[in-house]
Amino acid sequence: MEKFTTLQSRAIPLHIENVDTDQIIPARFLKATDRKGFGDNVFRDWRYHKDGTINTDFVLNDLTYSGTILVAGDNFGCGSSREHAAWAITDFGFKVVVSSFFADIFKGNALNNGLLPVQVSPAFLSDLMQKIVSKPETVLVVNLEKQTISVKDSELSENFEIDAYKKTCMINGYDDIDYLVNNKEQIEAFEAHKIY
Amino acid sequence: MGKTLFDKVWDSHVVSSIENGPQILYIDKHLIHEVTSPQAFNELEERGIPVFRPNQIVATADHNTPTLNQDQPIKDDLSRNQLEQLSENCKKNNITLYELGHKYNGIVHVMAPELGVTQPGLTMVCGDSHTSTHGAFGAIAFGIGTSQVAQVFASQCLLLTKPKSLRVTVNGKLKNGVLPKDVILYIISKLGTNSGTGYFCEYAGNVFEDMSMEGRMTVCNMSIEMGARGGMIAPDETTFNYVKGKEFAPKGDDFEKKVAYWKTLPTDDDATFDKEYSFDAEDIEPMITYGTNPGMGIKISESIPMDENLSFKKSLAYMNFEAGESLIDKPINFVFIGSCTNSRIEDFRVAADYIKGKKKAENVTAWLVPGSKQVEAQIIEEGLKTIFDEAGFELRQPGCSACLAMNDDKIPQGEYCVSTSNRNFEGRQGQGSRTILASPLVAAATAVEGKIIDISKQLN
Repeated sequence: MEKFTTLQSRAIPLHIENVDTDQIIPARFLKATDRKGFGDNVFRDWRYHKDGTINTDFVLNDLTYSGTILVAGDNFGCGSSREHAAWAITDFGFKVVVSSFFADIFKGNALNNGLLPVQVSPAFLSDLMQKIVSKPETVLVVNLEKQTISVKDSELSENFEIDAYKKTCMINGYDDIDYLVNNKEQIEAFEAHKIY
Repeated sequence: MGKTLFDKVWDSHVVSSIENGPQILYIDKHLIHEVTSPQAFNELEERGIPVFRPNQIVATADHNTPTLNQDQPIKDDLSRNQLEQLSENCKKNNITLYELGHKYNGIVHVMAPELGVTQPGLTMVCGDSHTSTHGAFGAIAFGIGTSQVAQVFASQCLLLTKPKSLRVTVNGKLKNGVLPKDVILYIISKLGTNSGTGYFCEYAGNVFEDMSMEGRMTVCNMSIEMGARGGMIAPDETTFNYVKGKEFAPKGDDFEKKVAYWKTLPTDDDATFDKEYSFDAEDIEPMITYGTNPGMGIKISESIPMDENLSFKKSLAYMNFEAGESLIDKPINFVFIGSCTNSRIEDFRVAADYIKGKKKAENVTAWLVPGSKQVEAQIIEEGLKTIFDEAGFELRQPGCSACLAMNDDKIPQGEYCVSTSNRNFEGRQGQGSRTILASPLVAAATAVEGKIIDISKQLN
């Protein structure tokens, strides 16, 4: 997993609530057996019309916006557990997703792929959206060590929560498999003395 | 202080706790399928890590399988490759696989309970969010991502922070024509799609106690649609009778010992929950959804609510519905009875009971997709297939099918489908398709009438 410490980038505003993982990557693209290439089809049915032409109304096709931070509406990543959603977002180039609320499984999948989910207050999210829409060149600064997200050259800033263990993993690029495999003896001891 | 059902099962599975961090949770049963496992197998192979406990893994092919001509080679190259990889991976790692055509093949959340793999007090995971289904037995069961599939392969454990607890109680007598699907759609419509996020939900009250295991599975299945990682119902005689005699259930004295243990699992009287809701059974009516998330549900007799929220408006625009309108008499051309929510024998009995002696409306394409080979066999054995055939319904072969439309079972662009599945997301049943979630009874009635009707009026 790639390490994550700080990120400065412009951001893309996706002003939609309850974005489910079927929208992030539709089921018909889940037939691949490796992790790469899903970025081509991220938000496929919002980015393209059914005839394959580009939907210029969709924000990812709006050249006004760019950057590696996706700022999305409440309850992002609900629905299917498909990790392909996290793979698609990272493969497209995003490193951070900001929302006022994340669905559990998506959040876990993101963290397992070095994609940082930054949960902010609804008020801060609303300010952020407005700021980016009114000034697309706005730069956001995400500092994982300090757990802050701020708008560069402004007062706008907020702290965010992250599990201490997951924070260490993100900063150092560790993943859970390493930890679990190193604890095999303990797991075997548990198996030998199961109480149920 | 007393413990909840969830506490008891969780606490008995904690291997150890990291200070200020997650816990190592032991996983008893790991269910896998073709779509979310290949990358996990690859990862283990790349890192040179063997599968730790292959005999605790059960595999099936379901998401990406055809529901016609299953005896013939799969035409789509990518789908065929995915299924071949599953077979190879299982063979290489000594994992039991019920592949396409096997008498135990089926949707993972239908076949595992049928085989007795699912039992009270266990921890179970699968790379599929509807793993919450198995909570109907009083197990902790939840969906995981592929990285976690790899973790369980490698260690039979996961690193998790214990979720908070939530209890939804429904007491009273359900009205005629109100099915378990209506109960859960009603709960989600009241609580919303993220009320359960961060929580594990226990369903309590006489409504759930009186339900069959099939009904309980329908309820727990949709826990994830309100954001809860899992749902649970306390195991009781209904549970024990269901598990007894199943292929992988404990036998003889062993079974009795297990039952004695399972009886200790229900929530203690003095246990407390982080959040509680309760509803009256009498308030619930046959339900239907009108929007693009499962929380957007109404009683079938109600009108679509008014809301100025942008996402709400976007959702209605996608569905081509107007705020304030009723869905009664809306013409419907597609009906799907199937999915891990409603593809068990009881669901087909309900449908057949309504359909018997009637004919499907001419404009309707009606697909019936059993959840497993065992359900399919039972449909034939009980004579339900004859009823379906005579009424013009098409009984297909088992699989996830049009619930997520990974195979050829797609609803065309712009068409409505009254569906017994679990998600009405944009394009879920095919690009541009519009899903209306309902119970098997409402779905059957829609197919017969060719339009949505107020089933409660017809029944009473």
